[in-house]
Amino acid sequence: MRQNMTSPFSITRRALLAGMAVLPAFGFATSPLQAQEVATAVANTTGLAVTDDTVKVGILHSITGTMAISETGSVEAEKLAIEQINASGGVLGRKIEFIQEDGGSDWPTFAEKAKKLLVEDKTAAIFGCWTSASRKAVLPVFEQYNGMLYYPTFYEGLEESPNVIYTGQEATQQIIAGIDWVVREKGAKSFYLLGSDYIWPRTANKIARKHIEKLGLKVSGEEYYPLGHTQFNSVINKIKLKKPDVIYAIVVGGSNVAFYKQLKAAGIDMSKEKPLLLTISVTEDEVLGIGGENIAGAYASMKYFESLPNDNNKAFVSSFKGMWGDDSVIGDVTQAAYLGPWLWKAAVEKAGSFDIDKIREASPGIELTTAPEGYVRIHENHHLWSRTRIGHARTDGQFDVIYETEDLIEPNPFPEGYQ
Amino acid sequence: MIGDYTYTEFTSILAMQGFSGLTLFSVFVLMALGLAIIFGQMGVINMAHGEFMILGAYMTYLCSHFFSEYLPSLFSIYFFFAMILAFAASFLLGMLVEWGLIRFLYRRPLDTLLATWGVSLILQQVYRSVFGAREVGVTLPDWLMGSIALTDIIEIPINGLFVMGLTFLITIGVYLAMFRSKWGKSMRAVVQNRTMAGAVGINTKMVDRLTFGLGCGIAGIAGSAFTMIGSTGPTAGQLYIVDTFLIVVFGGAGSLIGTIASAFTISQAQSTIEFFLSGSMAKVLTLLTVVGILMLRPQGLFTLKIRR
Repeated sequence: MRQNMTSPFSITRRALLAGMAVLPAFGFATSPLQAQEVATAVANTTGLAVTDDTVKVGILHSITGTMAISETGSVEAEKLAIEQINASGGVLGRKIEFIQEDGGSDWPTFAEKAKKLLVEDKTAAIFGCWTSASRKAVLPVFEQYNGMLYYPTFYEGLEESPNVIYTGQEATQQIIAGIDWVVREKGAKSFYLLGSDYIWPRTANKIARKHIEKLGLKVSGEEYYPLGHTQFNSVINKIKLKKPDVIYAIVVGGSNVAFYKQLKAAGIDMSKEKPLLLTISVTEDEVLGIGGENIAGAYASMKYFESLPNDNNKAFVSSFKGMWGDDSVIGDVTQAAYLGPWLWKAAVEKAGSFDIDKIREASPGIELTTAPEGYVRIHENHHLWSRTRIGHARTDGQFDVIYETEDLIEPNPFPEGYQ
Repeated sequence: MIGDYTYTEFTSILAMQGFSGLTLFSVFVLMALGLAIIFGQMGVINMAHGEFMILGAYMTYLCSHFFSEYLPSLFSIYFFFAMILAFAASFLLGMLVEWGLIRFLYRRPLDTLLATWGVSLILQQVYRSVFGAREVGVTLPDWLMGSIALTDIIEIPINGLFVMGLTFLITIGVYLAMFRSKWGKSMRAVVQNRTMAGAVGINTKMVDRLTFGLGCGIAGIAGSAFTMIGSTGPTAGQLYIVDTFLIVVFGGAGSLIGTIASAFTISQAQSTIEFFLSGSMAKVLTLLTVVGILMLRPQGLFTLKIRR
């Protein structure tokens, strides 16, 4: 039994499993340990909501308010992962039960609900948050009550909490590879940086600017518009005047729709690539609102696209659509949210325990060979090693993946020389 | 040569910039007209204005689906039907809200603020339940999304022209309705002296209901038109509400001319500053100017003398 706890990846186990029908979407290489193999008293020494057959986790996203647009996909992915884990035997032989709370797009509400999930419900892990603002709001709660948050969004970095596993990319992972690509493949010499006015676009553009200047190229403009801004004609005129090679856009939310529609109406045809548009803020989710025909020809730099051709992803996409309908789309963050429960399961089974401290210790080095994005591994700094890809927007709202980095990119949340 | 640019480039961009200022002006007028009627004529602070606009946008969305499914041959002109439907839907919903809620609150303007805010939350959640939390993409006929290239640099967006034309027509329509029709006369009479208007046989309740409905209906048309330039989602209405109130308050409640003048001032200020500084800065400076002027003229740019 002891051996099972310390080495769930053992060869014999794998051999045993080889003949078993594991869930097609996720043939994760650990064996489902049975409850009787790890007694609850051993696996749970800190009073979490774990019984002999079940374990409670929390899902904390906005299902009402402005952010519901973005967070819905994450909730769906997390529920899918939980259902699949349960179908394949649960975590340490225990079925996952989730308690869902609504952050209501309001940051103090997030903190309050996080406290409720940790203190009253004693959930063993929480999958949630989307905006950096909500993550910053719950952070003190997680650190005070020692919880574990699996956070799915690509974000600005500059953070490394012992109580958070960041399953999305931090800014340097997403940005640098994208800029290198556009410089190498498209011969870009000048960039116009544009974003919504809050921490993520500003930090991201700071990194982008440093990198562009390091390469000896030119930033011909940098601008921010308030969240929710809907009139971009002036900046479009400025872009026309300055004629950059690349529009580097980090516009979010409703502004996104306005920006791309007005860009098209002003006669900037992205498929001519004069200028070319590269974004890090438009996933398949956003394209639903923008309309594929308005953004076709643009490039996005992300770690995941729904159209990725690998087998893991095909299985993931078909089970996601099976559960949530054929019309649903899967963006980068949705996929990252899907990784959360699986990474948690792997950590719990490696540690042989639900205790937060043991999960924290077990997490670095955990790898998923069956992630839809391919392969990921948790770094010492709680972020994921991952590849960055370039997608070329099609009119049907999907992206053609035209490039991916050869190696996994090391997460570097505190990039020196970029701050 | 001016700076790094040739003379032609510079003048072309000036022309383009002038055009985008005018587009912004039309957008502002279209947004604010409905609210100006409701706030100006009835004293009701309609916080659900944005949601009435989005109702129009959703009607357009439904129309675009209907036409592409059943009447693809007419798809290129579906937008006109969509606007009529948008007007009808918001007009009816507006009358319903007036009948069910607002008419009990006429003597308590601050309570209308709370009540209509509640209405806006309810509508947002209804949209979310019916259409989903995500934004929907409204497919527009190609001719609306194109542009007319006059020179290499000057390209006039057709949707901008469309919004301008629409704003012009609706403003004329509102003017005729308010100042040249029997209903307009009754409405102005009710605003000036409710008791007396009632005494001479005007059905003041009906006038209120129609006025509120008309304001909401115009918001619906605006929302329908804005599917060309903005997003359609449950909370997208919130993007417009602040600007709308700003314009109406700055223009002076109750004055149609004031609303237009204020939309013009704010749009020109914003688009000019946006061009020379950055977007967020433009917003800050515009708001500062408005606050400054309102401190000197609390009643707004234009005022109407009325007896309360």
